[in-house]
Amino acid sequence: MALWGMVIDLDRCTGCQACVMACKAENNVPAVGPKEAARGRIISWMHVLREESEERTRFLPRPCLQCDDPPCTKVCPVYATYRNPEGIVAQIHARCIGCRFCMAACPYNAKYFNWLRYQKEGPGQNPDVSVRPKGVVEKCTFCHHRLQKARERARAEGRDLVAGDYVTACAEACPTRAITFGDLLDEGSEVARLARSPRAFRLGEELGTRPKVFYLAEMEGHRRV
Amino acid sequence: MSDAIVERDRALFGPLSETGRGFYLTVGVLGLAILWGAIAYAVQWSEGLGVTGLHQPVSWGFYVTNFVFFIGISHAGTLISAILRLSKAEWRRPITRMAEVITVMVLFIGAGQILVDLGRPDRMMNVIQYGRYQSPLLWDATSISAYLTASTFYLYLPLIPDIAILRDHLGKRRWLYAVLALGWRGTERQWKILNRAIAIMAVLVIPIAVSVHTVVSFVFSMTIQPMWHSTIFGPYFVAGAIFSGIAAIIVAMGIIRRIYRLQSYLKPIHFRYLGQLLLVMTLLWFYLTFAEYLTGYYGNEPEEMKVFWSKFTGPFWPFFWAMVVANFVIPMVLLVRLRHHAVGKTVVASAFVVVGMWLERFIIVVPTLSNPRLPFPEGQYWPTWIEWGELAASFGVFILFYVLFVKLFPIISIWEIQEGRDVGLKEVEERLLTYLPDGAADAAMPEREKVLT
Ligand code: SF4
Ligand code: SF4
Repeated sequence: MALWGMVIDLDRCTGCQACVMACKAENNVPAVGPKEAARGRIISWMHVLREESEERTRFLPRPCLQCDDPPCTKVCPVYATYRNPEGIVAQIHARCIGCRFCMAACPYNAKYFNWLRYQKEGPGQNPDVSVRPKGVVEKCTFCHHRLQKARERARAEGRDLVAGDYVTACAEACPTRAITFGDLLDEGSEVARLARSPRAFRLGEELGTRPKVFYLAEMEGHRRV
Repeated sequence: MSDAIVERDRALFGPLSETGRGFYLTVGVLGLAILWGAIAYAVQWSEGLGVTGLHQPVSWGFYVTNFVFFIGISHAGTLISAILRLSKAEWRRPITRMAEVITVMVLFIGAGQILVDLGRPDRMMNVIQYGRYQSPLLWDATSISAYLTASTFYLYLPLIPDIAILRDHLGKRRWLYAVLALGWRGTERQWKILNRAIAIMAVLVIPIAVSVHTVVSFVFSMTIQPMWHSTIFGPYFVAGAIFSGIAAIIVAMGIIRRIYRLQSYLKPIHFRYLGQLLLVMTLLWFYLTFAEYLTGYYGNEPEEMKVFWSKFTGPFWPFFWAMVVANFVIPMVLLVRLRHHAVGKTVVASAFVVVGMWLERFIIVVPTLSNPRLPFPEGQYWPTWIEWGELAASFGVFILFYVLFVKLFPIISIWEIQEGRDVGLKEVEERLLTYLPDGAADAAMPEREKVLT
């Protein structure tokens, strides 16, 4: 059994938003339009946080951190969000009743709500990802559909899943290769090696949520985000 | 209808037999408020929650505030009435009924807020089909339905003898009262069973009531969000609920007394006693609020402080300080001396407390959500006409139910007043005597007028 995780190197991130766009295209994340955006309703599974100071601007891309002990799944009244055996925190859009309790419980604001019906099924969408109706919560799933596809392909070819078979769209799109994705339990993997680096830290470590998204701190001695 | 029973308590039969212009006017106005809410809900149902002012990160707003608020108000009735009954406070007699009615009506409205708040009300049944008991929302559902059931019984049981009186003496709606009276004849056996049942329910509802607002607070305190994750929240919410509940009773008493001319039943002494209770709750509320905020402030944890300052000096300061004034300053000023103008003072103080407690709920729900841990752009939440409509309709439905209840049933328990005259007086005297040391009993006999309880 794998434990999927991600390492994001903050030294490499230039804040170019390629991961954000790749994620939107991959997961049929709706564009909510300028009016809704102005009301604070943008949906962005991968969101690049900015922090501006005098010397420089710093970036921090934030997907769902796929907490290993997720506070969001604990509170769901209907099992519409849960941690699957491989550590991916999933959403069942067809079951969610839209109480938004999980949004209130997530300390990283990684969950988004479909305040209105933002899109219908249409051409140009990724057929592997369902289009969400109004009134339900959605969030980053580590491109879970890609795992399913990779597994099917491996099975068809009569082999095991190997490193590199399954990566998320954001990791693939990042031009500076700031995002590394893979199996944290596979000792030899790049992601496991980086996660053990002395530069590695996690957001809100003190909260005990044990995110599976790690960050590599910048090396100029700046304060961490 | 001119027999002795009716004659003696003519004022209590008034609202049941006569219907004036005021009644239709009130119903009309309430109807408009409800219509507003209904239209708002229809729009929300077809468009989605986007028509409200909610957004990222403030994903809970008015509806959740109203939920906590109304469930809090519901603690007025049943809980207070049960405590007064169990402590044999004789002055409870004209108050218990109107308090219990508040509970039952308001519980429906409180629970309804959650349904209005759902993004997918059409999937409501998922809670039963796939219910997950680890979620505090399910605890709420359980506790609230238990409370609703218990309170309904607790309202209905003492109503039975009154319904029988109406059946036999009012001469109107006989079939309705005949059915609801369940064949009450007032035999000794029936009385025994009834008193027994009321006593059992009175004991039963107290722990249920306490559990209700405790688990409502757990919705917040079980998360790890700053200024929500607090062990004091259970008792804090329960105390706040009783506080707002007493205030709601006093306001209702003030209005009913005025409109139905029940001055001889709801006397200044009743307001004074309840006012003193309210004063105690004011102090308790202040103590808990102080403890809660001082701990946060002293700990100085950055995430907590963000929320803390947003309440004290940040965008939420008007709400926070209005809450302090309405919940503490005004009640303190008005309630410390109740010798004169007890009615006016307690009613005004209570009206402020009701508003203040609504603000308290708002100030708990929204600022925490407005201050995410990560540096997100801050959004300001402001409700739209949809949410205002639901608020207006919630109050509208509550008052309408109440007005209709008063039309159909005696809002002051007729038999309990009669029992007070016939049995209570003597019982109290005997009880007082048992409190006194032996021998004092005979000496105290002539002091009959001094019986106060
Ligand atoms: S980051 Fe938020 S949404 Fe993602 S698993 Fe953790 S608590 Fe849940
Ligand atoms: S919004 Fe949906 S996923 Fe989130 S807690 Fe409610 S039902 Fe569960």
